[in-house]
Amino acid sequence: MSHPPSEHPHHIDVKEFHPRARAAIADPKIRQNFRRAMDGLISKRKDAFQGMDLDALRDLGANIRLRALANLPDLLEQLETKLTENGIKVHWAIDGDEACRIVRNICVARNAKTVIKGKSMVSEEMELNHYLEERGIEALESDLGEYIVQLADETPSHIIMPAIHKNTGEISELMHNKTGTDRSDDVEYLTASARQQLREKFMNADVGVSGVNFAVAETGTLCLVENEGNGRMTTTVPPCHIAVTGIEKVVGNLEDVVPLLALLTRSATGQHITTYFNMISGPRKPDELDGPEEVHLVLVDNGRSSIYQDDQLLDTLRCIRCGACMNHCPVYTRVGGHTYGTTYPGPIGKILMPHLIGLDEGQHLPTASSLCGACGEVCPVKIPIPDLLVRLRQESVDGDKLNPAKVPGHGAKRSTLEAMVWKGWSWMHARPGAYRFGTAVATRLRKLQPGQLGSWTKYRTAPKLAAKTLHERMKERGQ
Amino acid sequence: MADPIKVYPPKPSNVYFYATCLIDMFYPDAGMAGIQLLEREGITVCFPEDQTCCGQPAYTSGYHDEARAVAKAQLGLFPEDWPIVVPSGSCGGMMRKHYPDLFKHTDHEARATSIAARTWELTDFLLNVCHIKLEDLGKPTTLAMHTSCSARREMGIAEVGPQLIGQLNNVKLVEQVRAEECCGFGGTFAVRHPEISGAMVSEKVDALVDTGAGEFVTTDCGCLMNIAGYAEKNRKPLVGQHILSFLWERTHSGDEGTS
Repeated sequence: MSHPPSEHPHHIDVKEFHPRARAAIADPKIRQNFRRAMDGLISKRKDAFQGMDLDALRDLGANIRLRALANLPDLLEQLETKLTENGIKVHWAIDGDEACRIVRNICVARNAKTVIKGKSMVSEEMELNHYLEERGIEALESDLGEYIVQLADETPSHIIMPAIHKNTGEISELMHNKTGTDRSDDVEYLTASARQQLREKFMNADVGVSGVNFAVAETGTLCLVENEGNGRMTTTVPPCHIAVTGIEKVVGNLEDVVPLLALLTRSATGQHITTYFNMISGPRKPDELDGPEEVHLVLVDNGRSSIYQDDQLLDTLRCIRCGACMNHCPVYTRVGGHTYGTTYPGPIGKILMPHLIGLDEGQHLPTASSLCGACGEVCPVKIPIPDLLVRLRQESVDGDKLNPAKVPGHGAKRSTLEAMVWKGWSWMHARPGAYRFGTAVATRLRKLQPGQLGSWTKYRTAPKLAAKTLHERMKERGQ
Repeated sequence: MADPIKVYPPKPSNVYFYATCLIDMFYPDAGMAGIQLLEREGITVCFPEDQTCCGQPAYTSGYHDEARAVAKAQLGLFPEDWPIVVPSGSCGGMMRKHYPDLFKHTDHEARATSIAARTWELTDFLLNVCHIKLEDLGKPTTLAMHTSCSARREMGIAEVGPQLIGQLNNVKLVEQVRAEECCGFGGTFAVRHPEISGAMVSEKVDALVDTGAGEFVTTDCGCLMNIAGYAEKNRKPLVGQHILSFLWERTHSGDEGTS
């Protein structure tokens, strides 16, 4: 995020949300790929929670995350102590650049030339692949979705399913063009081909980089959830493993992981448990035959500690990155992940990214929601996403003198004209006499009502003013 | 952490009727239908003359100072300890859920909290406070329903509309696919992001048309003007009305009421 734009091959102007949204809406393939995938994920999640007291489990999950956040500074210290005891080296990074430098320095010290990567959204946030490649270190994604996205020189369009915007035909074509794989609509065949190519890379990689789902402070354990086995390979085959994660991923105890894991996999992919669940507690011990010689954890702040300062915005950090909010979002389903132009798309992206890139850059993100509440309804840790969207809308127009805005870039969306319109609206609706007079006059003049009302009537007819307001009818009734 | 449990009051003899600005200007028949349904239940309806708008449009647009000024003008309208009934899940949600936040740490906090606790969506009130029993006087028909997102998620009343319609012997309620999905209205969202909103409402209209009902009802006028307006503009075989208008028309014999 913080690299200068010119350096960055994927640099997208986040502000250009509208043109990207228009293009996505007009693209039947995008619409169909997302709709089909999201419908499937919604129904799988529903089935997976069948017979469970979901609301109670979500309460528990929310409380675990809130408790962890309440003790965050202490838990992070405890985590560092325990990890160090376990032989894992802990690094702290204030932003993505510093995190990239740390990873590179570890690579340089080991004279490492190739890095194999498990799926990690924080590494996307850091733009690690690009950073390493510019400095002569090859970084190869091993998660199938990430591998496809990397082949296509794209960014993930979903935090759990990075290549969900592509259908089988598109993936087959891409693999054919980039790796010479035969064209096929057989998913098994395509997967096996990718696996074959990746296996070799695993054997020769100097360093493995992974993310972390939960970092347990009490025991110094890094938990990693995955389905393909590439996560286990990444963290065990290369001689050096570097885990990168946001500082908010810490939880207190191993017991905390159980409900969070139950919520995470069911919410994300509708699975009761993933195929692999890795608990990493240190490098290879002297009497052990395998495992990495070195294990590192890079704890990345990148704006999180500033979110932490605000009692309401803090809820953003509860997130366990399941992606259920985007799966259920009617806006995300229509426009797809790339439209947002941000590392994290969808509802969680709309409340998280403004803190990472500033509300000036991300000013359209909080508005791109009908506030339907589907995201908050499915969030496994009960993040009140719609309330946070409203808060960010307020911040982006400096709209509340009683609660002054504080997010970086606040007020960037405030325009004199719009502020005047709302002031006029407010003046009239705070004065009952003016309101009654104005609405009565409007209904009298309803024949003159314009048939075109800007973008509203592009898709709909204009609402029709009644002959008399309810106020007038009640007055006639003697009330 | 869990949403507060709703405790319905005993059926009162008086209520305040908070019409909402959309009903006032665009759908007064729906407001009148709601008032007549309440009166038929033996409730005296007080319509505070000085009511305007709950303030939600400015609130969700981020203009909280302006929303607060408008909301403040509503706070004095309900001096008696009567329930406040609102023919909208959205405006009801604003008053019930967001008024306490809007006036937090101000001199008006106590009043806002009292209003929030007394605010009920009208169909919820008819079903669960009045225990209304509807007698269907209409011809056999098929009907689709769209429950607004705020009615469904903020007010928690997704089951109320279908239960009320279920009391009507001659009405067959048919469910649309993706019934829980937003129609794309979202207040200023519809004009700030017209293409996304347009895509959402077009799929919502398709889902409703596909039920074969030809007619739908909804709890909220925002959804109504969005869905019915799209259907009208694009000549889709679908007409809509507020659920209160539908319930009143099906159950009154012609000599009741004074509308």
